[in-house]
Amino acid sequence: MAAYIIRRVFGAVVLLLVVSAVTFAIFFLVPRLGGQTATQLATQYVGKDANPESIAAIKKNLGFDQPIYIQYWDYIKGLFVGADYKFGPDATHCSAPCFGYSFKSHVEVWPQLTQRIPVSFSLAVGAAVIWLIFGVTTGVISALRKGKPVDRLAMFIALAGVSLPIFFTGQVINALFVYQWPVWDSTDYVPFTQNPADWAWHLLLPWISLAFLFSATYARLTRAGMLETMGEDYIRTARAKGLRESTVVAKHGLRSTLTPIVTIFGMDFGTLVGTAVLTETVFSLQGIGAYSIQAIRDNDLPIVMAVTLVAAFFIVFCNLLVDLVYAAIDPRVRYS
Amino acid sequence: MKTRRVTAAVATVIALSLGAAACGGGGGGGNNSSNGGNAKKDAALDSIVNASSKKGGTVNLEDSDVPDSLDPGNTYYGFVQNFSRLYARTLVTFKPAAGKDGLTVVPDLAESLGKASADAKTWTYHLRSGLKFEDGTPITSKDVKYAIERSNFAPEALSNGPTYFKAYLEGGDKYKGPYKDKSPDGLKSIETPDDQTIVFHLAKPFADFDYLATFSQTAPVPAAKDDGAKYVQHIVSSGPYKFQSYEEGASASLVRNPNWDPKSDPIRKALPDKINVKFKVNGVTIDNNLMADKTTADIAGAGVQPQTQPRILSGKYSKQTDNSYAGATGYMALNVNVAPFNNEHCRKAVQWALDKQSVLDAMGGSPKGDVATTLLPPSVNGYTKFDTYPTQGNKGDAAKAKEELKACGQPNGFSTTLTARSDRASEVAAATAIQNSLKTVGIKVDIKQYPSGKYFSNFAGVPSYVHQHKLGMMMMAWGADWPTGYGFLDQIIDGSAIKPSGGNNLMELNDPKINKALSDAIANTDSAARTKAWGDIDKMVMDNASVVPLVYRKNLLIRPTSATNVTVTQAYLGMYDYTLLSSSK
Repeated sequence: MAAYIIRRVFGAVVLLLVVSAVTFAIFFLVPRLGGQTATQLATQYVGKDANPESIAAIKKNLGFDQPIYIQYWDYIKGLFVGADYKFGPDATHCSAPCFGYSFKSHVEVWPQLTQRIPVSFSLAVGAAVIWLIFGVTTGVISALRKGKPVDRLAMFIALAGVSLPIFFTGQVINALFVYQWPVWDSTDYVPFTQNPADWAWHLLLPWISLAFLFSATYARLTRAGMLETMGEDYIRTARAKGLRESTVVAKHGLRSTLTPIVTIFGMDFGTLVGTAVLTETVFSLQGIGAYSIQAIRDNDLPIVMAVTLVAAFFIVFCNLLVDLVYAAIDPRVRYS
Repeated sequence: MKTRRVTAAVATVIALSLGAAACGGGGGGGNNSSNGGNAKKDAALDSIVNASSKKGGTVNLEDSDVPDSLDPGNTYYGFVQNFSRLYARTLVTFKPAAGKDGLTVVPDLAESLGKASADAKTWTYHLRSGLKFEDGTPITSKDVKYAIERSNFAPEALSNGPTYFKAYLEGGDKYKGPYKDKSPDGLKSIETPDDQTIVFHLAKPFADFDYLATFSQTAPVPAAKDDGAKYVQHIVSSGPYKFQSYEEGASASLVRNPNWDPKSDPIRKALPDKINVKFKVNGVTIDNNLMADKTTADIAGAGVQPQTQPRILSGKYSKQTDNSYAGATGYMALNVNVAPFNNEHCRKAVQWALDKQSVLDAMGGSPKGDVATTLLPPSVNGYTKFDTYPTQGNKGDAAKAKEELKACGQPNGFSTTLTARSDRASEVAAATAIQNSLKTVGIKVDIKQYPSGKYFSNFAGVPSYVHQHKLGMMMMAWGADWPTGYGFLDQIIDGSAIKPSGGNNLMELNDPKINKALSDAIANTDSAARTKAWGDIDKMVMDNASVVPLVYRKNLLIRPTSATNVTVTQAYLGMYDYTLLSSSK
């Protein structure tokens, strides 16, 4: 088991390095290959008043005058040992992990990310709990009551959840419960450490809108899985042995259905931490997704790089966790 | 049957939700209607609505975006210029007052307006006594000098702001900035003979210098506290409020600065106890918050979202709206170096043919602006009302257009290209209206769209690209850096504004007479003569026919019922004056 974990962690680190190299090449090398000169790249960051001296100063300060491999080496070095920058009277040290400085505001990227990761993480965690509970429960009930009204209603709602975009459901929920009947005064983010109750209350609407979308998928997946599993021979055997129906469903049916659910959940959750752009935008949450959209709009490459790496980290990390959880829920899986 | 009932019930719930969403936002609006709800539509354009002298309350401001920076020395944003006056006092500033009065420049840190030499090349200001930073240290003229040096001469760290001081100060082209040049004298053309006096020596006469001195760049910065790009995280206040918190790109809170002395500041009332700003708030949410009286103002001041517009133009919210001039003109530039617009008559044919009313309608009608006949918008000092190409209802005159087409040797019309910014829906709509309108006289227009981020740096602002791709007509909008004719015109019609890339003189207008008229007027210290000159220059541009004014842009603002001392300032692009704005909440 330990050897397996070490191997997987090592693989994850290599994967992240590959992601960083590919991302760096896309943002820093491709424009050069496409014919953009260092001066043209620098021109994007000089503000409204672009004169040759400003462009030259920016070019030097952002490192566009260096060969691409040196830029990449400096970037990776910064992640592990930090880097020194000069955006003022004196050089300042950006300590590891140094994702560099925003090209636009010249502010360190990592503190900006650490400010936003809790928001995105909170959003994803709460929504995940809701969608797992509702999605899986609905899926199981639907499967057990196949063809009955409750199954049809559940699947209709599931279909609506999948079909309705988050900017629609989010806006509707907002319009109803913040403005029409103001149950919520606002959905501003309150840090968990400040007040856990307010944290949950203020995030409840974003959680519900996000969970509505995801629980639909989980309900349908669970239903399909359960229908298949409940028809298996070993379920019949379990019943024949006189086990209670609840034990048959929960221990034998649901357990094997959960394997694909956990797989997809790991992917969804990891992805969601860095990409809940629409929910964050609709509810004005200052998370990583909204931050990355702003960075993409501003062509702020260090931020885009950092968000990509952080998002990749979450995806890789969650997948690793999923693989470990397999052993617990599926007796057939053993690590050797 | 049962299933059908269930389906119907669910459909009903969704339909009700949609209906409620469409009507949403009305919750809290009526609760405070007694408090200022009786003000009329457009009341804040020329008066102070809900005037109050009551101290206290919290002003909550929201922005759907993020500004370039809140550092007074690193911003070009109009709303930051307006807002920063709460924590960064400048040598002089615009009078917090309603209507045209708001365009008056009044002393702020300085005792009086600048004293100019006869040739308008030397400007002297004396600071008031008793001025202090938030930490209690006295503010000196050296702090003002340092602020100008860092904001204009350190592009490697602070690249966002304008560089007019660099352009006008003697030796400005050689000075390397305070981060590189550590000599004690710094820039020699700014003298500080004592702690109260600051003298500017300019390379050329510049009678609008007081307007430059209103820029947030003249707000003092203590050199010992400056750490370049990071200064924004701990700005040292010189105004009535100081930063209690600041989260980059997310929020800021201002509280009272105990070291601000009201006796040293005759123009600020500083009524609210606290001012909060939130960035990156969904635009529709801001509008809903304004209607529900949950926020005091949209700090960007550019008006409500298009989808909110119909909800407030009539009904109970309409009396809370202000349709203010945004200090900007939307126009079409005809490039005088691209055929057939190298012929004046072809340019005039477009002037006569265009149905400007249809262009305005395409952009969203009267809430978005008025039909423009001049380049200078009405809220800029020097605006003179005239129309060189008058047509019935601004709908164009095909007969006159055809005469001009004949005179330019294209009696059956011609083909040309019109550029627009692809991510600006109203600009693309306006371009389409222009295309349809010009078709009636035989001018065939091909529309090319470019992203706004690269419009000037790579396409419309690059003469070589424009010539190569025969971009005869280009959509353009311009607002003044300061509200005088020179502040508006210099960067768009002077020959020196033609640059290899990133230029704003899209017509490539380089008329010696116009260039001379501009330089003569800005050297004239007689302000009345100067004001008249801007109108005359505007007429010269219209006679040249290379600018087709389309729309004087307007903002559709909404003032919540709890907002007090609300007035539109024309000095800052038609948004509310944030030095006055307060709240009953």
